[in-house]
Order: sequence, then C-alpha cells, then structure tokens
Amino acid sequence: MTRFLSVARGVAWRSIHNTVVSPAILVPSIIFPLFFLVAFAGGLSRISDVPNFHYDPGYTSFQFVFVFLQSAAFGGVFTGFGIARDFDSGFARRLLLAAPRRSGIIAGYTIGALLRWAITGTIVTVAALIAGMNVDGNGVQLVGLLGLGIAMNLVAALWACGIAMFTRTEQAGALIQMPVFLLLFLAPVFVPINLLTSWIHDVANINPVTAVLEAGRGLLAGSPVKVAVAFAALAGGAAVMALFARRGLASAERAG
Amino acid sequence: MAVDLAIEGLPARASSGGAGLLEQTLAVARRSAVRTLRQRGLLIFPLIFPLLLFGINGSSLSSATKIPGFPTHHYRDFLIAMPFIQGAMFVSITAGVDLARDIESGFLNRLALTPLRTEAMLVGQLGGAFVLGVVQAIVYLLVGFATGVTLVSGVGGALVLLALSILIAFGFASLGGLLALRLGRGEAIQGIFPLLFVTLFLSSSSLPRNLIQTTWFRDIATYNPVSYLLEGIRSLVITGWDGEALALGFGFATALLVITVLLSQPAMRSRLARA
Amino acid sequence: MSNEAAIEVDQLVREFRKGPRAVDGIDLTVSPGEIYGFLGPNGAGKSTTVLMLTTLLPPTSGRATVGGFDIVRQGAHVREVIGAALQEAALDAILTGREHLLLQATLQGITGQDRQRRATALLERVGLSEAADRRVGGYSGGMKRRLDLALALVHSPKILFLDEPTTGLDIQSRTALWDEVGRLARDDGMTVFLTTQYLEEADVLADRIGIIDHGHIVAEGTPPQLKAEIGGPSVEVAPCDPDAGDRLAELLARFGDPRRNGHGTVTVQLPGGETQLADIVRVLDQADLKVETLQLHQPSLDDVFLAKTGRKLEGAAEEAEAEAESGGRRGR
Repeated sequence: MTRFLSVARGVAWRSIHNTVVSPAILVPSIIFPLFFLVAFAGGLSRISDVPNFHYDPGYTSFQFVFVFLQSAAFGGVFTGFGIARDFDSGFARRLLLAAPRRSGIIAGYTIGALLRWAITGTIVTVAALIAGMNVDGNGVQLVGLLGLGIAMNLVAALWACGIAMFTRTEQAGALIQMPVFLLLFLAPVFVPINLLTSWIHDVANINPVTAVLEAGRGLLAGSPVKVAVAFAALAGGAAVMALFARRGLASAERAG
Repeated sequence: MAVDLAIEGLPARASSGGAGLLEQTLAVARRSAVRTLRQRGLLIFPLIFPLLLFGINGSSLSSATKIPGFPTHHYRDFLIAMPFIQGAMFVSITAGVDLARDIESGFLNRLALTPLRTEAMLVGQLGGAFVLGVVQAIVYLLVGFATGVTLVSGVGGALVLLALSILIAFGFASLGGLLALRLGRGEAIQGIFPLLFVTLFLSSSSLPRNLIQTTWFRDIATYNPVSYLLEGIRSLVITGWDGEALALGFGFATALLVITVLLSQPAMRSRLARA
Repeated sequence: MSNEAAIEVDQLVREFRKGPRAVDGIDLTVSPGEIYGFLGPNGAGKSTTVLMLTTLLPPTSGRATVGGFDIVRQGAHVREVIGAALQEAALDAILTGREHLLLQATLQGITGQDRQRRATALLERVGLSEAADRRVGGYSGGMKRRLDLALALVHSPKILFLDEPTTGLDIQSRTALWDEVGRLARDDGMTVFLTTQYLEEADVLADRIGIIDHGHIVAEGTPPQLKAEIGGPSVEVAPCDPDAGDRLAELLARFGDPRRNGHGTVTVQLPGGETQLADIVRVLDQADLKVETLQLHQPSLDDVFLAKTGRKLEGAAEEAEAEAESGGRRGR
C-alpha cells in the first residue's frame, strides 16, 4: 500500500507541478466551460419561457449544473491527453520503469485530474455566481453536488486514462473526447427531459448522465431527486472505468 | 543517370517571367484542391461534426419553437444554417494549417524561387476551400432535406444558398490563410480554432436575435458579423426572399474575403521574402 | 566586378537580430561550369550564404551577382537562371513526383504538352519514372533528394545551388547523387555551388573549395592546393595516460608546433616528411612515455580546417551545436 501511495503521490505531484509551472495547460479546461456557461445561460435564457419549463432557481442555475459537470468530465478528458503525450514523448515508459506499484500511476493521474478540476470548478462556480446564479440548496445538498462533480471527474479521468494507455498516442484525442462529448450532450442539456421530444428523449432516458444532471439540478434547487441513482450510476461507471484503465495499463506494460 | 536538359522539341529555357497570372493561380488552386481531396480526414470530420451537433441540438432545442415569436414551427429549419458556418470554420483551419505546413516545411521557399506572383498564391490556395465548400454545402443541404427541412425560397433559393455558403467558405479560408501567414505554425492555427467557435455561439445561431433575453448577449450577437452570415442563409429557408438579410449575408461574406485577402498580401510578400 | 564569373560575392554580410553575424564579409568567385564546394561545420554560415545568393534572404550589406545579375536589385533575373535544392527537401507529401514537376513547370512558364514531356524526361533522368505517380510521402530520402534535384532543373538553369544535398543519405544514394552532379557540370556545363559538411564530398566533387567557419572564409583553393598549404603529413599520438598530454606536447615540440586534441592526444606536423616518424618513436621511447596509438596522416581537408581554425571539423560541428543551443549563433 505504501508503494502504491508513493507512486500515486509522485505522479499527482508532477501533474500539479506542471500545472503550476505552465498554467496555460489549464486554459482550455477553464475556457470551454466558461464559454458554454456564457453561451447557454446568456444566449438561451429565453428557453425558460417555454411552457412547462419548471426550474425555480432560474435558467442560469439550470445551465450551471450542466457546465459544472461538463467541466468535471472534460477535466478528466484533458488528463487523458496529457497521458497520451507522455507516451508519445517516452516519459510514460520512464514511469513504468520506475514505479514499483504501477497501478499507483493510474491513481496519480486521476488525483492530478481532480486537483486540477478543483481550480476550474471553482472558477466556473464563481463565474456563475457573478452571473447571478441562484443557489437554493443547503450546505449538505451543495456538498452532494460537489460529490457528483468529483465522481464525474473520476469516471472521465479513468476512461481517458484507459484509452490513452491502450492507444499510447496523442492522435487518439478524438477517441477520448467524442464519447464523453456525446454522453454529455445526449442528455437534457438545454431543457428538462419532459420537454425533449422524439429520439433524443428516448436516448436521454437511458443515458446515465441524465440522472446525474437531474440529481445535480435538484440538489442546487434544494429539491433532491434521483441522487442515489446518480451516485450509483457514477460508482458503477467508476468501477467499470477503473477496470478499463487497469487493462489499459496492462496493455501498455506488454507493449514495453 | 545524366540529366539531359536539351530535350528535342523543347526550348532550352522556359519563357522569361513564367506563366501568366491566371495559369499560375489555376496551378496553385489545382494543387490545393488535390491535396484536400486526398486527405479524407479533412473531408469527413468537418462533415460529421456539424451534422452531429445539428442532429443533437435540433432535437434538444426543438421546444424552443414554443417561445412566443419564434419564426418557425420546425426548429431544424432555424438551425440548418449553423452547419454551414461551422463547416466554413473547419475550412478556415484546414486552409490555415495547409499554408502553415508549406511555410514550416520550406515548400513556400520552393515556390518563391519560381516567378509565382503573390496574388496567384493568395487566390490559388483557396482551391481546396472551394472543394470543401461545395461538398459540405451539398451534404448539409441533403441531410437537411432528409430530416425534414424545407426551403421556402425553393430551388432558386437552394442555388443561392449554395453560392452564399461557398462564398462564406472562401472568406473563412482566406482568414485561415492570413493567420497562417502571420503565425507560421500549424499548432498555433489549431489553437485559435476554439476562438472561431466562440464567435459562432455568441451569435443568433440558436435563437433569433430579437428573442435573446440577455441584453449584453443580444448586443454582441447584433455586432457579430457571424449573425448576419447565419441569417442570410436562414432567410432562404424560413422566410423566402429577404433582400435585406441576403444583402447583409453576402455583404459580410464578401467583406471577410476582401479584407483578409488585402491583409494577406503584405504578409505573403514578406513570407515569399525575395528580392 | 567581372561579368564573366557565374557567381561573384563581395563582402557579403548577414546579421540576424539579437545574434552575431551568420555571414561576416565573405568574398568568393565561381567560374562558369565549375563545381564550387562550400565546406564548413553546422552553424558556419553555409546555408545562410545560399539563401542570400538564391534571393531568399536579403544581405545586411555587401554585394553579389549570380549569372551576372545583382541578387538584391535583379532578383527576378537571378531566379530565372538558377535552380536550387535547399537543405530541406521541401516537398509536398500528398502530391506525386510527377505533380510536383508539372506544378514547377507551370509556374516556370512551360506550357501545354511541353510540361508533360519535360516532367517525363526529368523523371526518367533521375531514375524516378516508376515512382512518378506515387505520393512523395512514400519516397525514401534518396528519392526525395533526386526529385528535389529534378525540380531544380525544370527550367534548365545555368547555375545550380545544392545545400547539403546528401545529408542523411546512405552511401549508395550519396554516390549516385555525386555522379549526377559531376555529370551536370561535366556534360552540361552547369555551374554548381555545393555546400557540405562532408570532407569527402568536397574532396571528390569540387573543383574548388571554400572553407567557411563562423561566417568567414578561412581558406580557398583546389583540394590539392589546400592540402599543399598544410605542408607535410602529420602524426597523431595518444598517450596511455591522458594526463601525460603536457609532457607529450613538450617532447613533440622539437618537431613542429604541437596541437592538443583532447584526452591527452597531440598532433604535430612533420615538415621533414614521413622519415621523421622514426625520430618521434625514438624520442618517446627515450622519455619512457607509453603510447596507446600513433597514427600518420596524409594531409586532409580536416587538417586544413584544423590548421586554419585550430580545431577539427567534427569538433567544430559539436561546438556549433552547443553554441546554437545556448543561443550564441543563428547562422546556418
């Protein structure tokens, strides 16, 4: 266990150190969520005038939850890009050689992803508050929302880690990003699920991200819904992606 | 393996001054078009991604038509303009990266050693944009029709729409070329790509300008030329023949093309860097 | 300046911003039909000189004419009479070899059917007929260089600039390219200005050589002339104990001016010829200085470089790389 933790700590430290030394690394993971917040909350606020659109805190809060979770997911995705770059540059091989417990490498990358997301998540939250977001949830409920974000970040980071370790090239960027992008957007992004029609309604119904979004919006509004379902979905996702990432690591080990 | 330069029937030396401007432009354009057609990834991703967004957002936001004052009952009719502009932005990046590659690899130096004129290079390198613009426009239109989009302006409107979208693609391609000349590196061009998308979203891409509630957002959309490009295309779909919208759409597209070509000239001259 | 010279350079200088002078006042003349070898390590200023003479880089000061035309005021005329294969092959990986030639021919003003015939003829001459319709991205390094050469010859130039044409090529490809260059000059009377960092290349190909270092021409002449300047052969002695270098240099000083080469090795020229070798062995034996290797060298261009600059061409290349890394030099 000690070795596992020391490896994880080392990899996580590097991740944070690189961010501190080159803060520009964080720019895309900050800019995109902020941009979505501005574009959706700012440009689409009239959507809340659609009949049967009910969300008491208002449209900015409605969109904030999506952007908050999306920033968590993309924070994980960008970690995958970094891992792929490490393989392309050969640094990953150095890690594999040096680490006595290699599964600690995965843990280290995911911890790094979480710590970086702490920065972007804070910035996004502050921006939404400045934009007039209403917060109706209590402290426990907001911690619950934070928990959803952490879990989302973990799932996405493990997914990205797995893909990066299987492919070991930066050219797999689209493969890392696209499924996450699709899962996020095939969900009630702009309107609640009851206002979705045709195929998108059916897809959103079975998309686990829908439960996470609805739980998050409920927590922010002070009326929690589907929280257990959301955390169960994320826990299941994390378990599956952890296995996937582990298999990716094994593939990288075999490739040498 | 001697290189016998005195080939029977051929002049010993090419005519001084090189080919005429048109011939040079066509030669460069041909190369640009061939390069584009041979890079399938360049054709496929710019087709698929905008259509993906069109499909997802077209359904996700379909209830927007219930907002009082929404100009159409079918949200896809409203949204179909967006893929054309998104596609044009992809064309911009492709054109920019191609030219940046020529700069980085030294191929531009090779061309500089010929009598190639600046104007021929500037206009000719839009050849690839023409190919992409035509392919994209046709595909987007066909997919639009297949998903139930109808053009109020009819067949004539479809032709005008194609012409406008190709002009927009030229304008953005020329912008990509200008960025390449200024920045000289493909990575830098790709880094700017997100900014182009910001201009798309800070426009009337998802809602009509008069229905944008947030004042500052509405103001930005009003001053954003991309709004008028969208509205020009959109008018042919949902309105019919709207002279003002078409004039603004064609006007801004032409302005984008002319301004970027004019700004590119001194930059291209400097890149070709010869006495 | 004489109008008879193919290339004439007078005090040409190129200075880069925030850097030392990459080319620092060079003078040279190349006669028509001559192969002129421009030899020097990386960072000496070879490629910068070529870029100026091919009008791709303006000089900071000085004058030069190529084909009788001033490189600054008559650039378009210069480009009509020159062909250039620069340091980067600068090819489009997506186009085929034939498409490259057709494009080049079109831009040079070769029209219609003539374009096709010229492209076909050049492809055949450089041995790329079979690969003509394959994308250049799949060509080997040697094939790319041959295509590069063909492109430089499309418009039948009088003067050909080759900037390190064989760098990175295998021995076979290199030899083949040497043969082609030799024939261009010999059979077609073409003037060739060739830059290289390979001693053998300059020695084999060039009629005359200019050795450049840190932007200056340090020596110029035919290979035999340059070697004759050095005088006799030299002997290189490496002691078993690298720390004995000082003592070794003292002992060899009676024969000539000793030069230290690192790791205790000392080189000294033998004005008296190979017969002095026995004396050297006797002196070292008497001094009980143990020797690891003792080599006799006939004068080479490397010796010429060593004599003129105080270091070997190989060492100069490493030094130039180190300087480049520390931002000390921007010349090519």
